[in-house]
Amino acid sequence: MLPTLTDEQRMLKESVERFRQQDYAFEKRKNLLAKLGTEDDPVWMQFAELGWLAATLPEEHGGLGGSNADLALLMEQFGRGLVTSPFVPTIALGGTILRLAANEAQKSAILPGVAEGRIKLALAYLEPPAQPDPTIIATRARRDGDGFVISGDKVAVFYGNVADHLLVSARTSGDIGDRHGISLFLIPISAHGIAINAYSTHDDGWAADLRFDQVRVTADALIGTIDSALGTIEAALDAGTAAICAEAVGAMWCLHDMTLDYIKVRKQFGAAIGSFQAIQHRMVNMYMKCQLAQSMALAGIAALDIAEPAARSRAVSAAKVQVGRAARHVGEEAIQLHGGIAMTDEYAAGHYFKRLTMIRLMFGDEEYHLRRYRSLG
Amino acid sequence: MDVRNRFETAELRAFRQEVGNFIRASLPEDIRRKVAQERMDLPRDDQQRWHKILRAKGWACGGWPTAYGGAGFSDDQRYVFERELALGDAPRWMIYGEGMLGPTIMAYGTEAQKRQILPRILEGDVFWCQGFSEPNAGSDLASLQCKAERVGDHYVLNGSKMWTSEAQIADWMFGLFRTDNSGRKQEGITFLMLDLKSPGVTVRPILLFEGTPEVNQVFFDNVRVPVENRLGDEHKGWSIAKYMLSLERFGTAEVSRSLASLARLKTFLKDQDPFRHAPDQKDAIERRAAELEMELDALEITEVRFLFKQDGANEVGPEASMLKVRGTEIQADIFELAMMCAGGRALGARRDESGADVGATKRGQDSAYPYFNFRKTMIYAGSNEIQRNIIAKAVLGL
Repeated sequence: MLPTLTDEQRMLKESVERFRQQDYAFEKRKNLLAKLGTEDDPVWMQFAELGWLAATLPEEHGGLGGSNADLALLMEQFGRGLVTSPFVPTIALGGTILRLAANEAQKSAILPGVAEGRIKLALAYLEPPAQPDPTIIATRARRDGDGFVISGDKVAVFYGNVADHLLVSARTSGDIGDRHGISLFLIPISAHGIAINAYSTHDDGWAADLRFDQVRVTADALIGTIDSALGTIEAALDAGTAAICAEAVGAMWCLHDMTLDYIKVRKQFGAAIGSFQAIQHRMVNMYMKCQLAQSMALAGIAALDIAEPAARSRAVSAAKVQVGRAARHVGEEAIQLHGGIAMTDEYAAGHYFKRLTMIRLMFGDEEYHLRRYRSLG
Repeated sequence: MDVRNRFETAELRAFRQEVGNFIRASLPEDIRRKVAQERMDLPRDDQQRWHKILRAKGWACGGWPTAYGGAGFSDDQRYVFERELALGDAPRWMIYGEGMLGPTIMAYGTEAQKRQILPRILEGDVFWCQGFSEPNAGSDLASLQCKAERVGDHYVLNGSKMWTSEAQIADWMFGLFRTDNSGRKQEGITFLMLDLKSPGVTVRPILLFEGTPEVNQVFFDNVRVPVENRLGDEHKGWSIAKYMLSLERFGTAEVSRSLASLARLKTFLKDQDPFRHAPDQKDAIERRAAELEMELDALEITEVRFLFKQDGANEVGPEASMLKVRGTEIQADIFELAMMCAGGRALGARRDESGADVGATKRGQDSAYPYFNFRKTMIYAGSNEIQRNIIAKAVLGL
């Protein structure tokens, strides 16, 4: 996906390719999913050993100090391999927040553990009605002595049930929709007063609805400045969005390749169905969607380095709209051109389609990002 | 003039009301909830319970003539009846026995076959499945190779059938089998009916990618089928199948089901108001819902025009393929929109097997499921590509 690779990136790419082709081959995936999110999840352990968790974390806290290009490279390969893990919430969301806003003590306490695979993170920002705008926050953090008491509901927290620490957005002032008055807290999942309602998601991952009932935290749980966390949250959501756009590109290319292979060998009416012009044109449309989505995903990743937040968010939104639309087109066409076989659980195409659909829904759909793109223009 | 006015006579209005009232009063709540979750894979017990309730009312097998114990509905009544089933969240009628095999037996069956088969479909005691597709005969159905060899007064079956919906809950299968390979591929196909408990039959469930066990591969290893279980003449099964598939056109547009789904979406938007903090997004969503409503309107009118010819001719032409194409496309778009409206709620894959808790569904939980599951409708029953081929060939003469 990246136009050029450094030597290090080439090695990184080869290591993920080896992993997804050998250790995470589709036939092995089902067994591995049974361990997803557990303490001894072999996939997560391997992520740590191969340095992928450390890749984009800062060097002074156990990371390798890699770039957003490294993030894109990893995500694209995860997309191709349908690799399901808490990588996005832990690294793209959690890693970004800690890097941008946490103090030295907080970084030292958490980031080395993340790099080693001991600590998983989740970002609890969505609230009912589960729409993606991060200013829709009713959860309150009330001052209590030198700490805070937090109460409220969070929904669809990706891997919220398997995380060791939660990053929780809460109102310290203002009301739903206000940009000011939002604060971030780092809270261990074991904290008293958190009720977890976990469920599997359509892409075989995990999510949880969390209820915070008078959860007491000390002052050092606060990440960054009080009332002013929205910018950090938006930066993290942009990083997560750009990351899953790169993942989607990998998944789309994989579906493209599978479909292309299939229409060359599937025979009906005495000929490979790929010899029919009606099928050929649709295959070409899939190809064009993949190429254009790749271009936009690349722009989205590049935008993460833009200093000006509105320009960054606008470019990420443009990527999400284009990638989301392409994901729908490529996913649906892959199923249709395969026919019945792609509807089955034992064939990979349907699972890629499900993941692409979940990516469309994550961090705001095309409608939401189109609106955000316009408002930032 | 609105062609739908034909359903607005005093008699049909009274009939519509009677059916609607009956469904509200008689449909078990657990079944209603599952249907409202857009589930097509209703367990056998649910289908049977509802069928027997309709039977007691005299409305089972609505389209069958009264001579065979059916309700003897006119086509207009059938249309109205089906609409009310959908709007009342009642199950679809049983497609294989009631919708397909029954009328085909009436047209092609022997007196003995009519006597033995029809009453048991009517009473909802015997469930049927359809053995047409094979691993290498999907869109190109006539290339089927599952073999039936005549040995004395039996056929001996070897091979397999693929994508057999409901074989896991069916008692009997009707299907197409290869009895001769010497001529055109449409020749040498024989229509047979067999008991799935026959020795040598193996039903292997195929899980769909969203987790539903709806379809199967059915294997035949020297399965003996008595000659009297043949429908029509040997080698002449293709024309029977074509007749049967022409019956399937009634309702493939799923207009009524889409109306119900769209109504559910509007209720969700109204009750949950998920875009209460995003007025312009709300506007965009409502605009898309309105567009779908209009497209559905166009489809409905087209369906009535095609199914109810002004000259009274009952024959449905090949243009009806268009109903299936557009019907499945619109249905998919409705489910896609419903999923997107649920936002983060749509990520959850929790299924409600008991039908007991609709709270989750009301909040949009699991709204991705029908979006995934209904992709199949564009593939099965003659894929939408095949339907377009039919229009190109039989309507446009290309």
